[in-house]
Amino acid sequence: MVNANPQSHYVGPGLVQAEVTRTLSILVDNEPGVLARVIGLFSGRGYNIDSLTVTETEHEKHLSRITIVARGTPAVIVQIKHQLERLVPVHRVRDLTDEGVSLERELALVKVVGKGEKRNEALRLAEVFRASVVDTSLEHFVFEITGKASKIETFLNLLTEVGLVEVSRTGIAAIGRGAASM
Amino acid sequence: MARQMTGAEMVIKALADQGVEFVFGYPGGAVLPIYDELFQQEQVKHILVRQEGGAVHSAEGYARSTGKVGVVLVTSGPGATNAVTGLTDALMDSIPIVCLTGQVPTHLIGNDAFQECDTVGITRPCTKHNWLVKNVNDLARVIHEAFQIARTGRPGPVVVDIPKDIQFATGNYVGPSNIGHKTYKPRLKPEAAGIRDAVELIASAKRPVFYTGGGVINSGPKGSQLLREFVRLTGFPITSTLMGLGAYPAADKQWLGMLGMHGTYEANMAMHGCDVMINIGARFDDRITGRLDAFSPGSKKIHVDIDPSSINKNVRADIPIVGDVAYVLEDMLRVWKAKSPVLDKPAHKAWWKQIDTWRAKKSLSYKTSSDVIMPQYAVERLYELTKDRDCYISTEVGQHQMWAAQFYRFEEPNRWLTSGGLGTMGYGLPAAIGAQVAHPKSLCIDIAGDASILMNIQECSTAVQFDLPVKVFILNNQYMGMVRQWQQLLHGNRLSHSYTEALPDFVKLAEAYGWVGMRCEKPDELDDAIKEMINIKRPVIFDCRVAQLTNCFPMIPSGKAHNDMLLGETTDEEVGRAIGKEGKVLV
Ligand SMILES: Cc1ncc(C[n+]2csc(CCOP(=O)(O)OP(=O)(O)O)c2C)c(N)n1
Repeated sequence: MVNANPQSHYVGPGLVQAEVTRTLSILVDNEPGVLARVIGLFSGRGYNIDSLTVTETEHEKHLSRITIVARGTPAVIVQIKHQLERLVPVHRVRDLTDEGVSLERELALVKVVGKGEKRNEALRLAEVFRASVVDTSLEHFVFEITGKASKIETFLNLLTEVGLVEVSRTGIAAIGRGAASM
Repeated sequence: MARQMTGAEMVIKALADQGVEFVFGYPGGAVLPIYDELFQQEQVKHILVRQEGGAVHSAEGYARSTGKVGVVLVTSGPGATNAVTGLTDALMDSIPIVCLTGQVPTHLIGNDAFQECDTVGITRPCTKHNWLVKNVNDLARVIHEAFQIARTGRPGPVVVDIPKDIQFATGNYVGPSNIGHKTYKPRLKPEAAGIRDAVELIASAKRPVFYTGGGVINSGPKGSQLLREFVRLTGFPITSTLMGLGAYPAADKQWLGMLGMHGTYEANMAMHGCDVMINIGARFDDRITGRLDAFSPGSKKIHVDIDPSSINKNVRADIPIVGDVAYVLEDMLRVWKAKSPVLDKPAHKAWWKQIDTWRAKKSLSYKTSSDVIMPQYAVERLYELTKDRDCYISTEVGQHQMWAAQFYRFEEPNRWLTSGGLGTMGYGLPAAIGAQVAHPKSLCIDIAGDASILMNIQECSTAVQFDLPVKVFILNNQYMGMVRQWQQLLHGNRLSHSYTEALPDFVKLAEAYGWVGMRCEKPDELDDAIKEMINIKRPVIFDCRVAQLTNCFPMIPSGKAHNDMLLGETTDEEVGRAIGKEGKVLV
């Protein structure tokens, strides 16, 4: 955080904070509208979401887990956390990045169309990235790849050269390292 | 033991079990079963408003003047959408409201049925929480939960949307006990460390100021009582936001008056120059801080708030304390008394001396006139002639609201009902009606503007039906005065559509509704006219004709700092030049 005016300790003009990216794990009651509440909060208050995933994780307890990758200044991230905690169905919010424990994975399905040398190169790249072939014909592959978002990003960049036509990504699932649970 | 009954019966039973005396509502197809139950009992009384927007503001006035939850009952579709402004208003000002809405039967939801709207979708961002009840066995629990959530923590409005088939269905009723929510557990008691640090900082202050807000009122009578005790014990100056007026008595010598955009010079200068700011239940709203990077640059700040998201939102707190004001003050007082700190008396004396020089500016003074009634004078006289009575004052939104805040002096909490956060024109009349319902013997006055009053004028009819002798005191300047003032400040005095042409004859309008109508145009007739109004046992519209082009001062122009105020003697040219390019984009 850079305080442009040491006389003043306010968030606001004069104080320049760099944006950071944080992975938040949110445990919620799986009740109707809960995702709309969370998303509405982000759009209503102008917060940025880079990735969002949600699924029921504990069926008997009706609990879902929402993983959000949010971008903002540290002050905004703290606001996001508090605003989320204010929502009635929210049990807990953890900033996995801040706690330094974030384990993050994403899955992508990637379609590549091409013939000849491009097709061979696509297959070689898939091997290098440990992507598996889940569907194929003589002129296309569908690869499945899992890993950190950055790895998927690199894979996709390379594939653009060899016939990438379609991508479907799950968004990030994240969990804290170590024995402690949420 | 669970009892079998219909959903509609459950609604009334749950309200009765919650101790609800009054419901403000308006019927329609989707709530007919509930209205049928209302008809067959006497415990819960129904106040029929004339528009659903009026119902929510009345419930707000009721809630604000009693500390209880205000209850609203409206039908689906347009009934629910008409309630949205009031719900947003209650959310911004942290007013506890339970709003029950009818909904089309569950099997029609999503089919664009007649009078269907996505009530929970529409009200999600303007409520603290909301529910669509799809199983009659959940209904009673949800209503009790709704009351709990509306009332506790940072209070706010909630909506329970009840499809018509659920109102007819039979199921199990559960009572209000055993409603323990899994996730909703607001923090009331503060952490000891924060209290200790705060007491230490307060004790070491040389130029302290208390800055208090609506949170003190929401904390209940105990909050105000403890605040008074603590402030008197310290001998420090105290100011408050618009929403906090009355928590500390205006007659007290430590009182600096309201702060903020139209606050007093001494309050704003004290905020600017203090070395320790003690924020109790206020949220550093932009009307208060003015320009953020120049806001009270030399002070350490203690911020007490029940809502963790309020802390560090606009202004960084050096000592944040999350908790309910009454709990926090109780702990602070205990630690303070145990420590009995030695204060820097000479520094405080110098600080008060400085404050006295600011006070001597008499920032609320205005040019008097013997020909026309000055709006400030009208409020001053209204105050003088009603101050010994049991009064509740509401307002609409505009200059008159600010003059009411400046010139009506409040000695007790819960007496001042105004739309602060949302600034909703049309709030004051229904709010006065809600207060009058709760306090039938008191004098309930809406200090109004000529434009605002027309936004919910239909509620005059409600007052007549329920024998509510409210008074509407219109400071009639024939302008949307606050808009006109801003056009003068920002837009070269081009008064685009801020003149309220074709105003009704308010006296005849009053009479048409069955009210008493009065008009006063001369300063020397004002006192007698006000006395007459007070003594009329029926509702009265008082059309007080005031000087048309008066500006509301003092004022911190938008984008400026606290020490950059415009005072009463400002000329029109200075007013026109006061706001720079950056300030213009602000509201
Ligand atoms: C519902 C709504 N619409 C518009 C506004 C914007 N607004 C703020 S003050 C004001 C003028 C109010 O005029 P009046 O009631 O005559 O009061 P005065 O300022 O003259 O005392 C307007 C239009 C508002 N606050 N609320």
